[in-house]
Amino acid sequence: MSIYQEIILEHYKNPHNFGTIKNPSKRSSIFNPLCGDKIELEAIFKKGKVEKIKFRAQGCAISQASASILTDHVLGRIKEDLKKLDKDFMIKLLGIELGPNRIKCALLPLEALHKLIT
Amino acid sequence: MDSVSLKSDFPIFKYHPDLVYLDSTATSLKPKSVIDKVSEYYEQYSANVFRGVYEISEKATEEYEQTRKILGNFINSKKTEEIILTRSTTESINLVAYSLGRKIINEGDEIVTTVMEHHSNFVPWQQLALENGATFKVIDVTDDGFLDLFLPRHPEPIRQAQGKLREESSDQRERKNASLDSSVSASWRIPQNDISGLDKIITKKTKFLAIAYVSNVLGTINPIKKIVKMAKSINPKLIVIVDAAQAVPHLKVDVQDLGCDFLTFSSHKMLGPTGVGALWGRYELLSEMFPFNFGGEMIQEVYVDKTVFKPPPHKFEAGTPDIAGVIALKEAIIYLQKIGMDKVRSHERELLLQAFKRLKSSFGEKIQILGPPNKEDKGGIIAFKFGNYHPHDVAQILDEEQICVRAGHHCAMPLHQRFGINASVRASFYIYNTEEDVDKLVRGLKKVEDTLG
Repeated sequence: MSIYQEIILEHYKNPHNFGTIKNPSKRSSIFNPLCGDKIELEAIFKKGKVEKIKFRAQGCAISQASASILTDHVLGRIKEDLKKLDKDFMIKLLGIELGPNRIKCALLPLEALHKLIT
Repeated sequence: MDSVSLKSDFPIFKYHPDLVYLDSTATSLKPKSVIDKVSEYYEQYSANVFRGVYEISEKATEEYEQTRKILGNFINSKKTEEIILTRSTTESINLVAYSLGRKIINEGDEIVTTVMEHHSNFVPWQQLALENGATFKVIDVTDDGFLDLFLPRHPEPIRQAQGKLREESSDQRERKNASLDSSVSASWRIPQNDISGLDKIITKKTKFLAIAYVSNVLGTINPIKKIVKMAKSINPKLIVIVDAAQAVPHLKVDVQDLGCDFLTFSSHKMLGPTGVGALWGRYELLSEMFPFNFGGEMIQEVYVDKTVFKPPPHKFEAGTPDIAGVIALKEAIIYLQKIGMDKVRSHERELLLQAFKRLKSSFGEKIQILGPPNKEDKGGIIAFKFGNYHPHDVAQILDEEQICVRAGHHCAMPLHQRFGINASVRASFYIYNTEEDVDKLVRGLKKVEDTLG
């Protein structure tokens, strides 16, 4: 099965929550020097909930789609719950099988999210 | 040369009949004769070398030493004893950096390398300089991938301090980008492969020049003979080490003609097994060098208070080597010799020409090929940037079509920094590749466009 499924390509071509936020509560970024992928997250938290989240990314289709899908998921959720999100969750959320090399691309936004909510 | 029928010599195509293998720069495929030779050793005479007086050990030793001999002939070494068998090109280079480098490098000395090096011919020299307070100079490349030895843009000596590496390299990138202003390039149009600026880089203080014969990314074939001649006329004591990992498998290499002091290459990139590399060095230098590893095999006599080492090459070959790998490497060389290195080169040149033409006619400006634009100065290596698609996506979609290319920095981060990119896609050719493979690559790239839009 190709990893470039319709849903992945849709999010890659028309990413959700792409951009920046004026006066965010917090900002985080992750850089993978090996492939040059970079993700920046900005969010506004209210009463422990993610009220608004935006990302900017440089990188492959997988990391960009993953950022788009993940930010959709976290909107409106409680910070404490988001801390539990892990690799297995991310794989399920994306619904594609990724080899050991590409899994890093998919997990980059999650890494940025963990930095954002700590 | 008939690459289509030649494919039948490579068992991997039995298991993957539609495989389009375009990553021989990383490692080559192996012919049946090489694979069989590995089994032959394990089945028929799997004894250790240089130890037993019994027959199968002598047979193993004889086969092992035959590889050394045939390797020496293959690169026209003066003496068989000038061939040291190592684990890899990387180990060969480190051997020189440790056994000679740490003997002769002092504060204030200079080590020169180029920005097009594989990390294995870059990091050992950078670290040697850092450890000993020597100056580390890096020769830049021009936009079209030739060594930039011309005065106006010759690089300033780059002395890198540990822990500051990233900052320095980004400064370096800015400085280089600034100097690549088009008006500067236009007014200083240089002849290709001009090395007349070398006297601004090599000085009497330069102890080592470490340089690739063929760049594993740009494909540039450096004019080693000319460079060695000129560099040694500036400083006769200069030691030149040539990383020929991408040259020996693809070109006729003659160490005596080149005039260098050391030359390194790997078995697995030239149809041989993994785990074996070679270092050729001038015998006088090898005799003076410290041993690399201490232990069994490299000693003549050991006493409680002292040890007498064997002469080269065994002085540098401590421990049980990859015997099967070394023995089977001989079959790889025999295979290449049967084809003839001139034919290997002309076949790759032809594929390169086809690839240039078809990639340009299909994708125009969308594909940007790194390195020399002409096939004469370039090995069978095409690294490129394809539109705004990430190299990992390109490689992954090509993989769906069973096309193997490499995506990333190909162990040449300083070079990618020089071109202001993080990664590229690389397709490389060898004897078993055909024009059909080039067609499939082009079709694969069209699929990338269709998929990613």
